[in-house]
Amino acid sequence: MHLKYKIAGGDFSNAGNAASSVKKILKQLNIAPLTAKRIVVALYEGEVNIVAHAWSGIINVTIDSERIAIVLDDAGPGISDIEQAMQEGFSTAGPRVREMGFGAGMGLPNMKKNTDSMTISSVPGRGTKVELVNYLDKNAY
Amino acid sequence: MHTKTEETYFHHALKVLDEVCIGCTHCMSVCPTGAIRILDGRAQIKEGRCIDCGECYKACPVHAIIVEQDDFEEILEYKVRVALVPSVLIGQFPGKIPASGIYSATNELGFTHVYEVESTVGYIHSAYDNEKQKNKNRPLISSFCPAVVRLIQVRFPSLIGNIIGVKPPIDISALYHRRQLQAEGYQDKDIGIFYVTPCAAKIAAVKSPVGEERSPVDGVINMKFMYNRILQILQKHPDLGQNAMDTGHVAADGILWCLTRGEIAGRNGRALAIDGIHNVSEFLEKLENEETDRIDFLELRACDESCAGGILISGNRFLTVERLNKRAAGYRHQELKPDWQILNREDISLDTIRPRPMERLDNDISKALAKMERKRRLMCYLPAFDCGACGAPTCQALAEDIVQGHAQVSSCIFMQQMMVKTKTLSVEHALAITAKIWGENRLDKDCSKSGAEDENS
Repeated sequence: MHLKYKIAGGDFSNAGNAASSVKKILKQLNIAPLTAKRIVVALYEGEVNIVAHAWSGIINVTIDSERIAIVLDDAGPGISDIEQAMQEGFSTAGPRVREMGFGAGMGLPNMKKNTDSMTISSVPGRGTKVELVNYLDKNAY
Repeated sequence: MHTKTEETYFHHALKVLDEVCIGCTHCMSVCPTGAIRILDGRAQIKEGRCIDCGECYKACPVHAIIVEQDDFEEILEYKVRVALVPSVLIGQFPGKIPASGIYSATNELGFTHVYEVESTVGYIHSAYDNEKQKNKNRPLISSFCPAVVRLIQVRFPSLIGNIIGVKPPIDISALYHRRQLQAEGYQDKDIGIFYVTPCAAKIAAVKSPVGEERSPVDGVINMKFMYNRILQILQKHPDLGQNAMDTGHVAADGILWCLTRGEIAGRNGRALAIDGIHNVSEFLEKLENEETDRIDFLELRACDESCAGGILISGNRFLTVERLNKRAAGYRHQELKPDWQILNREDISLDTIRPRPMERLDNDISKALAKMERKRRLMCYLPAFDCGACGAPTCQALAEDIVQGHAQVSSCIFMQQMMVKTKTLSVEHALAITAKIWGENRLDKDCSKSGAEDENS
């Protein structure tokens, strides 16, 4: 099954819609709650990243009976040093944004923690592509 | 005592009276779990989805939804007849009727003892602090409202671990007073404990308990019934209890416990109180996505204004809250200190609560995926008006019913029109389908309907 979501950069009030929609579908597919929760948390982080940093983005979700693959593809500033961005606490956010409670530098590490595999590729000035894969636990209950 | 367990049996306190139901869609559209369908011109409740919140009861224009209750005469089977009353019972009476009068009238009705449910909140304060160390999930969610616990079981199973493992006041008080009476020399079999309930969910909680093997409550009395009987007695004996002290052991925080913010009043850390089942659902959605910053404690109640808004409360909920606030303000009773000789930690802790996920399309993921794809394809055609004319609350609910084999595409009246136009369905067949959902002769002229020419005759 294939799902596609368009994300508008800067639209914080709608950030989380893709995650909510996927969550609803995972419940209907009888995915174990904790597995579903990891997927939704990772997707939510990725969605917020697009809203916060990029100009626009597209999220493609493919689900089969074994796994769920999520590709977050954005048009945005890109990441020049991915290794650095993956470190906990690293953030490009300025002090004023941090004061507001954003930019703690936990987004990407938290996504990694909640997925079975995660790959990032980026072209600075063009955009970033994040691919997440989670394997589905069949014995949900 | 009731020993039916949740695995084998779901008890529901809300029932539809077939002969009264007019088959409108009011209940169906307010149900927070999509548990209602219309078939043969009557509302039908899907047992696995119902959480006994009572929204349908409030919405029904003809009082076709009833709350099942125990026969009052059952109290006579016991020598010691205990009425366990929540503080909202007092709140709905006019301020000039003292609590002692209300309790004396309750005795007149045949109860040998009257205890306030919230007399044991001292145990809960202590147990919450203990639980905070034991359960590292945040926020901890109160187990107070049984409709909320059931909502989490069916719609938010991933949050079950957040439910605080402490029994609600009704169970702790029932156990406490049973033990006390036994200590006074009464035989267990002679003690009957009857809870006077402001809602349907508490009845369901007693009849099929969640997180405990059996309920320590023997029977449940509808608060509307009690309210009427107490007023009848007080009309005959207006001086009843006038000179008595306000009885009981409930302290000010106990009086306010069942109202909104009652539980979070004494909590440290970041605590939120949310009332109204749709508000609660909305917040739990956010919580499940981890969209909320760290919150320590959530008090969630199904009814607007919490128990003051219970469906079996006769008084206005805002006036009830006002009276209870006044009562608490002028109240000097000492809180009953927890006595761990009478109840131990184990007595007041909840067992594991099991999920009852209702949203899954199939247990087998491959089958569920196939059904999901078919559902999404169907939604390309269904009009998404959510008119309810098919007997399901939304087009999505109809699509789900279709993939589960409980309905057909032609259940949708707009799809029927398209099928008649393309000659894949005859007009007669379309009308027959409508009659199956809404009942025979449903489209005939009938001036006795509400708002029609002869509505009251």
